[in-house]
Amino acid sequence: MTKRQSLPVRLVKGFAMFWWDFLVGDTPELFVAVLLIIGVVALLSLAGHFNTAAVIVLPLLAVAALAFSVRRAQRSSQRK
Amino acid sequence: MSSGVVVLVGAVFLACAVEMVEALTIVLAVGHTRGWRSAFEGTGAALIVLAALVAAFGPALVHVPINVLRLVVGGVLLIFGMQWLRKAILRSSGLKAKHDEDEIYRAKVAELQSLGSTVNRDRVAFVMAFKGVFLEGLEVVITVLTLGTSAHRLGLAAIVAAVAVVLVGAVGVVVAKQLSNVPENAMKMAVGILLVSYGTFWTGEGLKVKWPGNDLMLVSFTGIYLVVVGLLVAMLRRSAPQRSSEVVA
Repeated sequence: MTKRQSLPVRLVKGFAMFWWDFLVGDTPELFVAVLLIIGVVALLSLAGHFNTAAVIVLPLLAVAALAFSVRRAQRSSQRK
Repeated sequence: MSSGVVVLVGAVFLACAVEMVEALTIVLAVGHTRGWRSAFEGTGAALIVLAALVAAFGPALVHVPINVLRLVVGGVLLIFGMQWLRKAILRSSGLKAKHDEDEIYRAKVAELQSLGSTVNRDRVAFVMAFKGVFLEGLEVVITVLTLGTSAHRLGLAAIVAAVAVVLVGAVGVVVAKQLSNVPENAMKMAVGILLVSYGTFWTGEGLKVKWPGNDLMLVSFTGIYLVVVGLLVAMLRRSAPQRSSEVVA
């Protein structure tokens, strides 16, 4: 018989599960991509011409992440 | 009205309208099948909890340093927006089955009927209405809080959300079972484009990027992502045969 968890534990678990499903869910590649985008733009701030580079790189990486995720879904549907 | 405000109003209104359609489908299925009393009680309870969440977290978010808030909100909106766009692109290209409110309604009714009826308070109906409204409403709350606080327009975002919810609710009650006529995928695509545009803008602002043209850059992002989404849909349609019944995770 499984032991029933207390209400606070269930609430914390439910809260954590909601955010996991909301941010990661079945598209972990998008979650990782956004972390990478933030990391790359933050690194660019250490280099010269930060603003010009960031203005181009940020949307470009977002487009690349979306295209990669869509391509991944297409490949997974072709395997089925 | 600045371009930033126009994009904010559009994003909040469309996002809330889409979520309201989904919540309404569940409440209508519960009400028609198990009775309206429990459906309304579940809906009311969910709205009270959601209002309490807004009251608790809304004022607290105002005290977070603006660059930190914009970076976190930008990141969340980028993820959330790209998830919506990905789904809408896959649905438009036929790689994923379209969100069919009629089918969802029928499935919910069948599920509720199979559970049998109760004489007194209907716990199943209450829980199903509560969960439906709470989960869809939570996405509305997150959209309103993140977009509203980052733009310093929380009041405006809340009013636009309320208008969308009331408008879709009123229309939904009148048309009842015809929610499938709502062009949900097109709305989802528009919301996705707006959320990713805002996400890009605020992630940059949070990292101290100075956008050329300031708020006008939001409009440019909307145009860029619109073109990208169009290209991705066209490429997928060309490379894959229509398989509307197939569902991709």
